[in-house]
Amino acid sequence: MSADSNHPKDHTGETTSPAESGGGAELIRFDKVTKRFGTHTVLDSLDFTVSSGKHVTLIGPSGSGKTTILRLLMTLLKPDEGTIKVGGQYLTHEEKGGKLVPAGEKHTREVRKKIGMVFQQFNLFPNMKVLRNITEAPVHVLGMDKDAAEERARELLDLVGLTEHLDKYPTQLSGGQQQRVAIARALAMRPQVLLLDEVTSALDPELVAGVLDVLRDIAHTTDITMLCVTHEMNFARDISDDVLMFDAGRVIESGSPEKIFTEPEHERTREFLSAVL
Amino acid sequence: MNNWSWSYVGEIMPDILKGLWITVQATIYGSLVSFALGLVWALALRAPSRWVTWPVSVFVEFIRNTPLLVQLFFLFFVLPGWGLTFAPLTTGVIGLGLHYSTYTSEVYRAGIEGVPPGQWEAATALSLPARRTWIAVILPQAFRRVVPALGNYVIAMFKDTPLLAGITVADMLFQANSISATTFDYLEPITVVGILFVVISYPTSLLLRALERRLVR
Repeated sequence: MSADSNHPKDHTGETTSPAESGGGAELIRFDKVTKRFGTHTVLDSLDFTVSSGKHVTLIGPSGSGKTTILRLLMTLLKPDEGTIKVGGQYLTHEEKGGKLVPAGEKHTREVRKKIGMVFQQFNLFPNMKVLRNITEAPVHVLGMDKDAAEERARELLDLVGLTEHLDKYPTQLSGGQQQRVAIARALAMRPQVLLLDEVTSALDPELVAGVLDVLRDIAHTTDITMLCVTHEMNFARDISDDVLMFDAGRVIESGSPEKIFTEPEHERTREFLSAVL
Repeated sequence: MNNWSWSYVGEIMPDILKGLWITVQATIYGSLVSFALGLVWALALRAPSRWVTWPVSVFVEFIRNTPLLVQLFFLFFVLPGWGLTFAPLTTGVIGLGLHYSTYTSEVYRAGIEGVPPGQWEAATALSLPARRTWIAVILPQAFRRVVPALGNYVIAMFKDTPLLAGITVADMLFQANSISATTFDYLEPITVVGILFVVISYPTSLLLRALERRLVR
């Protein structure tokens, strides 16, 4: 699957559903990844793979390591031990002379281009208007022509329902609108993987639905791989191919949303779900 | 005690205003030097290598902890002995700019650190190169935060320009002093100089406060 095939298509375009795409080749691999903060081990020798095109939701109590996984993938954190591969390439390591050494910035940046992230706090650039927030990276990272980048930004703004706001600054938008711009910004880089880190947690309740609708639309109309940390269990049930239950830095249970939400096997999963549902 | 003479004020004004123009030039160019150098120090102090941060840090602390007048004398009287001679005003601009750059570097540091970590994270997530992250994301946001503080240093520098009289720059105080040395009448020249400083500093500080309110919104 090429990266180019992963961008959201227009609503009339023919698309492949995630289920039909069947979850192709392995796209993400965590191999014995350990991450510690001081003496606290957040991830403990974690093994974990995600196939291309799958929508995977990570659930679990606070501090169980879910967000750490996304931040490791986005290279906002470095693993203390273990390796991470994206699309068959090491993310934070590279092979030199048959040995695995910490990756240089150039290598990491190349591999990282396959990944996009939407943050809890949106993190739009407040000094740029909406349109430039979206075109900045395609122009300066992918080397896209400015007009082409703007054209694509308009398509994406249409997808997230914000075409009329392209000339505004982020602070002139509501939280929900800002988050939708952030989604468009991430998609503009045509990532193979979209990381969603509690993207509705900072929103007023009435704005949550709009953001989730956009994500549902993307999940159902594109073949982009999604890795999602959320407390919105209905959303997780709706879009996920797989749900992984985390506790204390380990995956304690995984399976289809039907299985995890209706017949959880692990006691900790049952406790967690009864607390959040 | 002398009596105030308006006609004497009228006579000396052209020379004082000539001095004011020199004072304003020294402040403007000194500010520009301090803004540019301060940014260089602030960025150098964030360099990953200690071979950069350590010497810069020592230099900045040294300049910040020695008096401006001593630095001006060094530049004006010592450097020519080493073959480096500048005109008095140029020396003054270098001295003011260098001295104040050690303060503006702190302002920039605070401004840069005030940019939320999420901005760096978003830049990383978009794979923006470091240079682009600085130019397009971090510095524009930091500048917005530092404008009021930089403005305060411009006013402070403006009020420090009389020190340049010590290295023969014909600023306002130098002019007033020259006039007084001839007429033996200090009241009007020195008072006029003081008033001109207030007339320029105070509205500027009001303007800065307004700007600050606008930027903080």
